[in-house]
Amino acid sequence: MKIPTQPHKHRSHSQDPSDLPMIMAAESTQTQKQQPKKGGDGDGKDGSDGAQKLAKKGEQLKEEMDALVEEIDEVLEENAEEFVKNYVQRGGQ
Amino acid sequence: MAIPKVMGTEIEYGITVRGDPDFDPISSCVLLVNAYHEDPTGEILWDYDQENPLADARGFQVDGEKYTPNQQENIARNKTLINGARFYVDHAHPEYSSPEVTNARDLVIHEKAGERILEASRREANALLPEGTQMLLYKNNSDRKGNSYGAHENFLMDRRTPFKQVVEHLLPFFVTRQIYCGAGKVGSENCNQPCDFQISQRADFFETEVALDTMVKRPIINTRDEPHADREKYRRLHVIVGDANLSEYTIYLRTGVTVLVLSMIEDGAIKRSLSLRDPVLAIKEVSHDPTCKREIQLEDGRRLTAVQLQAEYLEMAQQYVGNTDTAETKDILEKWAYVLDCLERDPMELDRQIDWVMKKALIDGFMERKSLGWEASQVHMLDLQYHDLRPDKGLYYILERQGLAERMVTDDEILVAVHKPPEDTRAYFRGECLRRYGSAVFGVNWDSISFSVDEETIKRIQMPEPLRGSKAHVEDLLDRSKTAAELVKNLSL
Repeated sequence: MKIPTQPHKHRSHSQDPSDLPMIMAAESTQTQKQQPKKGGDGDGKDGSDGAQKLAKKGEQLKEEMDALVEEIDEVLEENAEEFVKNYVQRGGQ
Repeated sequence: MAIPKVMGTEIEYGITVRGDPDFDPISSCVLLVNAYHEDPTGEILWDYDQENPLADARGFQVDGEKYTPNQQENIARNKTLINGARFYVDHAHPEYSSPEVTNARDLVIHEKAGERILEASRREANALLPEGTQMLLYKNNSDRKGNSYGAHENFLMDRRTPFKQVVEHLLPFFVTRQIYCGAGKVGSENCNQPCDFQISQRADFFETEVALDTMVKRPIINTRDEPHADREKYRRLHVIVGDANLSEYTIYLRTGVTVLVLSMIEDGAIKRSLSLRDPVLAIKEVSHDPTCKREIQLEDGRRLTAVQLQAEYLEMAQQYVGNTDTAETKDILEKWAYVLDCLERDPMELDRQIDWVMKKALIDGFMERKSLGWEASQVHMLDLQYHDLRPDKGLYYILERQGLAERMVTDDEILVAVHKPPEDTRAYFRGECLRRYGSAVFGVNWDSISFSVDEETIKRIQMPEPLRGSKAHVEDLLDRSKTAAELVKNLSL
């Protein structure tokens, strides 16, 4: 299997402008928190530095998830059991 | 040479009214669709004369009753919008059919505009509901109790390509593309093997390989042959196997890769045989394995994982494209390769790109911190609420706001698409006619628009070419025609 492993790049939308009507304000909000992904795409530094970065990154991800779970906990529907039970749809297509 | 892939999606949304023990989905849908105000007259018919949902791509006509509502019911259930879309009641669900677009990025923009339109309508509808009740909408495909509703994709294809060839090459592709298109689901349904979490919302519901049905015994490949265009030249591939996605990255990749594979089929560029021994079984095996390690059986005896099978398609696509294609195609190839690489290593790396992984990461994190198991009702609530259209409650939108969802388009672009049609297809003509001559528009369908030019005469303008009617083609004509009567006159000259 030949799957290139280069990091994911954010490209700008380099299509022919005629394909893309009315969108010039596009680029700035495109990526908010693009981070290099776990487990790859090293930045060329040596191993110990890399390991340290990885640990820091792990910590950061954990904090991010803590904050997210807290926010979700606040907005999650109350009476989840009843809510989910009552969500019944007629079959569609 | 493959034809340009004009395309669009049709999403059926889940609907409920909290606090209403007598909730009736159909009247709620009618209320919702009519709560959206933009067209000047509010009385434009959907032109059912042009439809034939019972024609089968394999070359025959199926017996059945074609649905045609009376005029009043028609107007109450159908809204054609100035952005070229159709917002309507389909059975017991509100449905949004995007206008026709020509590329994956525009598809993201217009599908997302649909979410905004439904949410705006929901808020308006709620103002009309009794106190203590609240309408809620979900962009998903299942109530997790055995009832499913669709998220359909449509692609214009060359009729010269034998349908048999389409089926052969698409089956293995559709069975496996869910690894980067699935919207994720807690548990299983429709009498399938129990599981904690699966990749796809829809996989449990596919019971046959190829057929015309969409509501019972659903097929992986749907054979509806209703091109909404010149039927001598085109077919419209009606894809019913996909999930409703919220992640922009997922919608973009799903669309872009599918377009590529369809073009390859038209150009005879799929030379490897990847036929599966049992596609209906395999689609469930793939869905029920979030590790993406499970091997499925090919017709020739080989066993490959879904990632390996997709990599076969990717390799052929890389050869097919060479150095000649557009920037978007190159971007799609790059993202496809990146995603397959992550899926092979650790699918959870895609927790900002791919819906099912985003949902699973969120549920995993929640379960761990709250010490909950898969049977917990909060976990089932998370699964549902991921798809909630309310910006303050929908978990996908929360991820997006937190910067935890990789975006492909901007809010500004989406807002523009709420009110303006794409400029490079006939959707432009449709939308602009509605905007300019709304009160004279009598009826609309994908490939026609008719005007009441005076009290006795209705003129129908046919649009059999989906790429004609673009801004470049018709802006001047529209500018010259101050009224619908003038437009009709100018067109007949």
